[in-house]
Amino acid sequence: MTEKSNNTVLSSLNQGLHQSLQDDPNVILLGEDILDPYGGSFKVTRGLSSQFPERVITTPISEASITGIAGGLALRGFHPVVEIMFGDFTTLIVDQVVNHLAKFHAMYHGQTSVPVVIRTPMGGRRGYGPTHSQTLEKLFLGVPGLRVLAPFHLQGEDHIGSPGKILYDAVTQGESPTLFIENKLQYLLKLLSESDLTEYTIANRGGSTKSDFPFYELRLKGAPAAQVTLAAYGYMAKLAMDALHRLAYQHEIFCELLVPTQLAPFEVDPLLASVRRTSRLITIEEGTLSLGWGAEVLARASEALGADLKAARRVAAKETVVPAAPNLEAEVLPGVGDIIQHVKEMV
Amino acid sequence: MDKNAHLYQQMLTIRSFESLLLEKFSTGIFIGTTHTSLGQEANAVGVLSHIQENDVVVSNHRCHGHFLAYGGDPQPLFAELMGKPEGVCGGVGGSQHLHWRNFYSSGVQGGTVPMAAGMALAEKKKGDKVVVIDFMGDGTLGEGIVYESLNMISLWALPILIVLENNHIAQTTPADIAIAGSITQRFEAFGIPVTQIDSSDVLEISPLAGDLIRCVRDESMPQALVIDTARLGTHSKGDDTRPQETVENLWRERDPITIHGARLPKAVRENIRTDVERRIKAAFNEALEGGA
Repeated sequence: MTEKSNNTVLSSLNQGLHQSLQDDPNVILLGEDILDPYGGSFKVTRGLSSQFPERVITTPISEASITGIAGGLALRGFHPVVEIMFGDFTTLIVDQVVNHLAKFHAMYHGQTSVPVVIRTPMGGRRGYGPTHSQTLEKLFLGVPGLRVLAPFHLQGEDHIGSPGKILYDAVTQGESPTLFIENKLQYLLKLLSESDLTEYTIANRGGSTKSDFPFYELRLKGAPAAQVTLAAYGYMAKLAMDALHRLAYQHEIFCELLVPTQLAPFEVDPLLASVRRTSRLITIEEGTLSLGWGAEVLARASEALGADLKAARRVAAKETVVPAAPNLEAEVLPGVGDIIQHVKEMV
Repeated sequence: MDKNAHLYQQMLTIRSFESLLLEKFSTGIFIGTTHTSLGQEANAVGVLSHIQENDVVVSNHRCHGHFLAYGGDPQPLFAELMGKPEGVCGGVGGSQHLHWRNFYSSGVQGGTVPMAAGMALAEKKKGDKVVVIDFMGDGTLGEGIVYESLNMISLWALPILIVLENNHIAQTTPADIAIAGSITQRFEAFGIPVTQIDSSDVLEISPLAGDLIRCVRDESMPQALVIDTARLGTHSKGDDTRPQETVENLWRERDPITIHGARLPKAVRENIRTDVERRIKAAFNEALEGGA
């Protein structure tokens, strides 16, 4: 796909959808308030209904049913994309995702595939309060048959791995139902290109048999051997990058950052390679702590590495609602300071 | 075979299948649970005798009758219920989760209504004049997603025939303590034309369904058919809390096999019965012998 330079995550996603509609006549978009001139609550679908009026369908406020309708469309040959306006509302689609879309392929003995992509923005720090600020993807991790993706604000050569490219691939090549996790603060981040990243060495350790989506490994160029492996995705990976930088320059503690873009099914090997070097692992996520992504990653690392994993921690949100007031919200959600503190306590 | 004899044969195929299934369930040959179509054979046969090759059928937990009336083979259905690899879905799906050609069933009440709507939207977009038939029961009306889906089915004029088989009981709960207001007005409230019939006679149901399917196909719009019917069997294997007398009355008055069979000469009826029972028994034995 072609993508503009100086892109933000938002425009990259918008271009990914645009290109999907352009290239694949079976792509069809469903969601609430997605028509122009409004173009969706967060503008990811802006301009699409004007150009593809037959294939961009605005819907009533019926998250569960439009998810099921997407499943029906997919069973009959379409590649539907559903927008759930706020990630918090994914609770309304659980039965359709878990008992229907994700199940059909296996339940019908491989006779069907359900290539639906459900996009939704998670995350707080906008003062939207308890029902519009959560990070709930952990509820969907480990659902058999469901892929969960979360893009990183990176733009490699030929746009490999840009959020829009990952979305494009999931929509046009997808065989399995996919939950595509965006983040409200991520939308306005500028995509990092080679020139923004001259300080870093970046490698894509993804591309295994289980996932074609990138799994990035970042470290500071010329830094001494890393002492800690940080694992984070989505917007938290941005905060983890900031923490990694400050730890190096202000505290002389050196880390590697591992950023998966496919959260489920999760391929742990790229992470293990880093932890074998550092023997310390911190997972970082914006959702609440218990039974979250970090718990699974640490369990997998522990199973694989045994005593070679010498120290492990999780950075996550406090186990309460996300308050609306900015000062209260900041106490609940994990920030750069929390990451730095955990790393300092660990080494 | 004339039309009446053919309809009788199709209904009797379902009856024989379900009867043998229940008879053999206690022997432990079958896995899990099952929901039989006993008493509702005229709905499946009356409606599905009008479908065309590319039409889509979406069914629910009580799906064996729909599957057989769609043209499904009894042997892989028996095999599926035995959990065998030769089954319709390799033994993965079991009784409630069948997919063969354009037939799909699943076990969550109401969950397949949006799926049926999505399929109808797909076919409408393709312009293929395909009809989606979606079976639901009175119990399904308790599920919220049904109403979300009816709204969009009407809003987008989707080519779907909703067949609501009202057997007046959801598992053990009578409809009169579960459903407020009117069933037909639920459809009317969304602007979906609805036809209601209180009958277990295939010759009454079939022409009505034929007209509605033709309308859905030609006009590319939804229709609903509410069939007041009778569940002659238990909900699943042995759970029926209705008084025995009530059920016996239903067998006397509402058995579609008896009602339609009365139109055929006894000899014709007996010939069909012998033939159907032989085929069902053979399908059962072959399913039993095949595979693990």
